[in-house]
Amino acid sequence: MSHTAIDSRKIIMTAIAWGIGLLIFFPILWTILTSFKTEADAIASPPMFLGFDWTLENYTEVQDRSNYFQHFWNSVVISVGSTLLGLLIAILAAWSMAFVPAKGTKNVLMWMLSTKMLPPVGVLIPIYLLFRDTGLLDTLTGLVLVLTLINLPIIVWMLYTYFKEIPGEILEAARMDGASLWAEIIHVLTPMAVPGIASTMLLNIILAWNEAFWTLNLTAAKAAPLTAFIASYSSPEGLFYAKLSAASTMAIAPILIMGWFSQKQLVRGLTFGAVK
Amino acid sequence: MGSITLENVTKSFGDVEVIPPLNLEINEGEFVVFVGPSGCGKSTLLRLIAGLEDVSSGSIAIDREDATSIRPARRGLAMVFQSYALYPHMSVRKNIAFPLKMAGLEQADIDKKVDAAANILNLSDYIDRKPGQLSGGQRQRVAIGRAIVREPKAFLFDEPLSNLDAALRVNMRLEISELHQDLKTTMVYVTHDQVEAMTMADKIVVLRAGVIEQVGSPLELYRKPANKFVAGFIGSPNMNFLSGEAAQKHGAHTIGVRPEHLACSRESGMWKGTVGVAEHLGSDTFLYVTLNDGSNFTVRSDGNVDLNHGDTVYLSAEPENIYRFDENEQAIG
Amino acid sequence: MATDHSRIAARFMISPAVLLLLGWMIVPLSMTLYFSFLDYNLLSPGMEEWIGFMNYEYFLTDPAFFAALGNTFLLVAGVLVITITGGVALALLLDQPMWGQGIVRILVIAPFFVMPTVSALVWKNMFMNPVNGLFAHAAKAMGLAPFDFFAHAPLFSIIMIVAWQWLPFATLILLTVLQSLDKEQLEAAKMDGARKMSRFVHIILPHMSRAITVVILIQTIFLLSIFAEILVTTNGGPGYASTNITYLVYAQSLLQFDVGGGSAGGIVAVVLANIVAIFLMRMIGKNLEA
Repeated sequence: MSHTAIDSRKIIMTAIAWGIGLLIFFPILWTILTSFKTEADAIASPPMFLGFDWTLENYTEVQDRSNYFQHFWNSVVISVGSTLLGLLIAILAAWSMAFVPAKGTKNVLMWMLSTKMLPPVGVLIPIYLLFRDTGLLDTLTGLVLVLTLINLPIIVWMLYTYFKEIPGEILEAARMDGASLWAEIIHVLTPMAVPGIASTMLLNIILAWNEAFWTLNLTAAKAAPLTAFIASYSSPEGLFYAKLSAASTMAIAPILIMGWFSQKQLVRGLTFGAVK
Repeated sequence: MGSITLENVTKSFGDVEVIPPLNLEINEGEFVVFVGPSGCGKSTLLRLIAGLEDVSSGSIAIDREDATSIRPARRGLAMVFQSYALYPHMSVRKNIAFPLKMAGLEQADIDKKVDAAANILNLSDYIDRKPGQLSGGQRQRVAIGRAIVREPKAFLFDEPLSNLDAALRVNMRLEISELHQDLKTTMVYVTHDQVEAMTMADKIVVLRAGVIEQVGSPLELYRKPANKFVAGFIGSPNMNFLSGEAAQKHGAHTIGVRPEHLACSRESGMWKGTVGVAEHLGSDTFLYVTLNDGSNFTVRSDGNVDLNHGDTVYLSAEPENIYRFDENEQAIG
Repeated sequence: MATDHSRIAARFMISPAVLLLLGWMIVPLSMTLYFSFLDYNLLSPGMEEWIGFMNYEYFLTDPAFFAALGNTFLLVAGVLVITITGGVALALLLDQPMWGQGIVRILVIAPFFVMPTVSALVWKNMFMNPVNGLFAHAAKAMGLAPFDFFAHAPLFSIIMIVAWQWLPFATLILLTVLQSLDKEQLEAAKMDGARKMSRFVHIILPHMSRAITVVILIQTIFLLSIFAEILVTTNGGPGYASTNITYLVYAQSLLQFDVGGGSAGGIVAVVLANIVAIFLMRMIGKNLEA
């Protein structure tokens, strides 16, 4: 093949790929653009792509009308809180399974995963009633608890696969060097597993941030995170495209950025290690 | 300080007994090498001494005190692992300091000891690097440094040289031997390489399938192997064996002759054969000879031997250099 | 391989995770099972009574159940077909030499990170709305009558939205697998005279087949539980036209307050999901041994 043949092929591929990429990305781009329009421009016919009066008023109005940042903060608390709590529990469990495997370890691991496959509607009613009776309904504590539990299997699983890659000899060396179990986990295992722990954290924050079954069903107003808050725009009186777009842009921006950073780890985490 | 006694120690993994009842005495200050083919249980034995595995039964005493159920950290032993097991996220200094930090020493004391160890091991120039930036030999020295700062009762080495290239291995062998001369601390060293065993050990323990085949000084094992297995394992190249008629002549089931004890002649000798490959190394010549009965012999001869592929050769050995074994593979006489 | 000391420590350290998950699974699930045999309505508390399999009988013979079952199947199958074929095609495309591959990759992956309520609302209002949506504008520009997606093709619309969200997942995983394909294998096939199509059929596709199965199983687990997209777009309607099992159970229990009937539906959903889960667990389990 000559150089020009390779180049023209590359040009065509680039054009097709960019075309499809932009097409797939377009709804997000359109949302971001609309968030800078006035409500009138947002529903103008024909639609305006770039030649509109750019404005930031939607962003301030969303906050003024609905205490947006309260919901944003709820999302942060729920996703970060459930992730940290989950990590704390999962690091211990994953250490046990990776470094002191017993006969039943594999089964425990599989069983933990199987809980993730339990459809949420199967336990919706009892959880709803239990939360109602214990006052956990519409509280951040309740949501942190539930999200910790639904994502715990994924955290354990991901950490397990990362820990498996750390040679056991290093932990034994620490033991010979006089490290207690805690010292071994804190001074040796955790720092060595930082990349794995970080990507597990990232993926879990993404999953928790976007979780939209429990957050919708267990919150009313006070503890509602962004998933539930945005859902309130589904009512007809909420048909303000520009404001919806501004709220949406802020809701997805942090996760988009985190997601782009964690693409690689995402594959391993989302397929439970079946694809690396 | 530094004697280790194993009494009726056994180890099973599930239903598999990897070490049947075993007794061994390691004296203070000795350099003891556990040697044997892979899977012979030598590493398991070392890990039992270290406390990284529990014994299934029996007892281990360190300095005459029962240590069977004491945690590894409290046994006062230091271990150098095959993979070095350095902490990749810590600098050389922090790696070496780690056991001292765990022991709760003052920072000033730690620094002093780490610097001293780094000096001994020529690591001072690399002290702030991470293990990933070091060569294999340097990593090995860091691992040793981490072991010596603790001033342990004994050092345990688990095949420490197997990840190094040949030249470096010879160097490190010497360094470890020198270290032993200087520190005079008990060392227990596991290897599958009988050359390491012969060159470094005060006492060699030959293991096969968890059973001690023989214990003795290198030369004892070389001169008076207790059985055919030890005879074949110790010495390089390996001992040649003959059985059947040729052995019966010597009143044995099997006889063995070391390659270096064979003389060759073009005219006459005890065994007739044909040279297959002749390796002329200059100092020595290795001849791979196929005897008339089909068995293969290795001959180590001086550098001037002029024998080549296809030549007929007669091999013979002095009677005192012919090892005799009975049908149970035990040495006779 | 370890000592008793570390084994005891390990048991101790794994127990919080095990106990929590055990609690999470056993307690509510057995409550659901129990409720499913009760006549239990939140509007008439204290009137619960044991009615055996009545709830199941009612739930399983309800026309809404068959509609929901069909919709669930269509939703899962539709999304799977679109995302798998699209994912394979996109993965092959993104694996080609091009300029700005990293950026294209980011553009393609982005929809996966959009929360379900946002993507559903954005599509519903800004694209599929028959008055102000972009599709309506496009139709008008071409002289056609705007199509009211959620009135006339509610399930199809939801399938499109969900497929848009999951296409990146399939693409990302299949691309990862494709890039792990030994390029020498392809070169050897080229040397052996295999043409493009046969290289794809005989080398690339078999290499991806395991990953495709994993993607299908994982997506199925998630797609069976699609909820938010339906809640914010159609509320399951019109009628039951876009109600899936998950939404039906939700509506039964939290909108009609029929805990007993909802619970029976929940158990049915668990059984359905388990059938898929068993296959998925087998695949993952095999991987664990390797």
